[in-house]
Amino acid sequence: MKPEDLLYAPTHEWIHVDRNTKPLIGVVGVSAFAVEQLSDLVFLELPQVGREVKAGESFGEIESVKSVSDIYSPVSGVVTEVNSSLPENLETLQNDAHGAGWFIKLRLADESELDKLLDWAAYQKQCEEHD
Amino acid sequence: MDAGGRRFAPLRPFRATGFVREARQALTAFSPAIGTRYNAVMNSPLAQTPLHAWHVQHGGRMVDFAGWSMPVQYASIVEEHHATRRAAGMFDVSHMGRLRFTGAGAAAFVDRLVTRRVTDMEVGQIRYALMCNENGGILDDVLVYRLADENASPYLMMVVNAGNRAKIVAWIQFQLNHAEADDVVFHDETTETAMIAIQGPRALDLAAPLLETPPKSLPYYSGTVMALQDRPAIISRTGYTGEDGCEVIVPADVGLGLWQALLQQGEKLQTTPSVTPAGLGARDTLRLEAAMPLYGHELNEHITPFQAGLKFAVSLKDRDFIGRDAIRHAQDDAALPVRVGLELGVRRAARQGYGVFAGDRAIGEITSGAVSPTLDKSIALAYVPPEFASEGTQLEVDLRGRRENARVVRLPFYRRSQNSDQ
Repeated sequence: MKPEDLLYAPTHEWIHVDRNTKPLIGVVGVSAFAVEQLSDLVFLELPQVGREVKAGESFGEIESVKSVSDIYSPVSGVVTEVNSSLPENLETLQNDAHGAGWFIKLRLADESELDKLLDWAAYQKQCEEHD
Repeated sequence: MDAGGRRFAPLRPFRATGFVREARQALTAFSPAIGTRYNAVMNSPLAQTPLHAWHVQHGGRMVDFAGWSMPVQYASIVEEHHATRRAAGMFDVSHMGRLRFTGAGAAAFVDRLVTRRVTDMEVGQIRYALMCNENGGILDDVLVYRLADENASPYLMMVVNAGNRAKIVAWIQFQLNHAEADDVVFHDETTETAMIAIQGPRALDLAAPLLETPPKSLPYYSGTVMALQDRPAIISRTGYTGEDGCEVIVPADVGLGLWQALLQQGEKLQTTPSVTPAGLGARDTLRLEAAMPLYGHELNEHITPFQAGLKFAVSLKDRDFIGRDAIRHAQDDAALPVRVGLELGVRRAARQGYGVFAGDRAIGEITSGAVSPTLDKSIALAYVPPEFASEGTQLEVDLRGRRENARVVRLPFYRRSQNSDQ
């Protein structure tokens, strides 16, 4: 997926939603910028299918040599699919965070939550300010 | 969330939070005692080493470490770690405090401050020692060098932790004012100098062509004053990685030139992997594998030297120093927790503050932990009561709310193959 086509949480998670298909399903991952900042990944924990999450709630953990971080859901919904081979293949996340390195798919509970997320330009600006 | 997870309790997103913030905080997480001091300098501009601009220009990821802007890594901590174990890594350690004691009374004065005898040191010798308070609590772990300057006058040098420098300088000044310290001149020369550590199996080959004194000629834990571009410099066979290597202290304005010359020399060696600059992240995983304690983690003012497993750094016999009696009493106290090494059953890090359990009983805390790049296992240091300290004891660690198996193992976790004269 192109980074321009994704929406972002300030906590660096991205979501991609095909608005033409109902019910709305979002693919969630974490940005390449965050993966690069973390570097040297050692561990990833993802949720089970069927888990209900609220926007801003932690659904997993990602750990690098230096630190461990929660992964927050950008929107509310129910987990419909998990990229279950990813924790054993962290280099996939390192190499393709916006594509093959996706975490989960979510059935969205409230489409309007998408409006609160950042677009690519706003997210890039946040990352630049950070550096 | 229980006590074990408190350090990494979820951070609420108020701006750039989550990964980036935690990654940057990870290396500045000090003990409460240090934290106070660290907070006090938060708003003042960070100190910069003479190599600061080079780090920034070469992708160094700069973090606030004890009030200094330091590179935690350039590209990858793991790659910098492997380069140091397999070829050589170069570390800017200019943030470490460098203190000089001159005058006829210098040795007797320093002898009273540290846990090891200083008065019998010969020129060229270096000793690892602890500086303790009256209760035997560790104020800092230091290296004491006995050197002769370019005019052959003997003096003492002490290298202290960056995070403790202000405290130690104040402590020394207090002792100077209150002891009858005749003929001692104390000078903090940290900011006038730069310090570079060159570590790894090829470190001495790397440094040798640039130095008047070939580092191979120095026995382990010894050093000498030499000339570098007609300026006095100190070279020592010391380090903090578990590898052979050396550390060089030079006048601040010579630091960058030496760093660049070392890099060029590294290219000429054509090692695989390449000689690389390495940041504080790799320095931390390297010292952890070698089970070397880090102040603010394994050491603090409430830990005594024997608890920390640093018996070799204490000489109690026929001498007096600050904290001596308390340390002697603590030696016989079988109730005090001791430092142990743990190996975990999962491939994730047990971090400082995580709880250690024997069954349902909380018995201690992790002080440092990482997934060891060399061993590819999760290793950690912790303090536990002596009855849980024997090798093979099965314990558990609370990893953010989940209990994982941990086994007490012998330290160090990693020991290099011995072909040097250590």
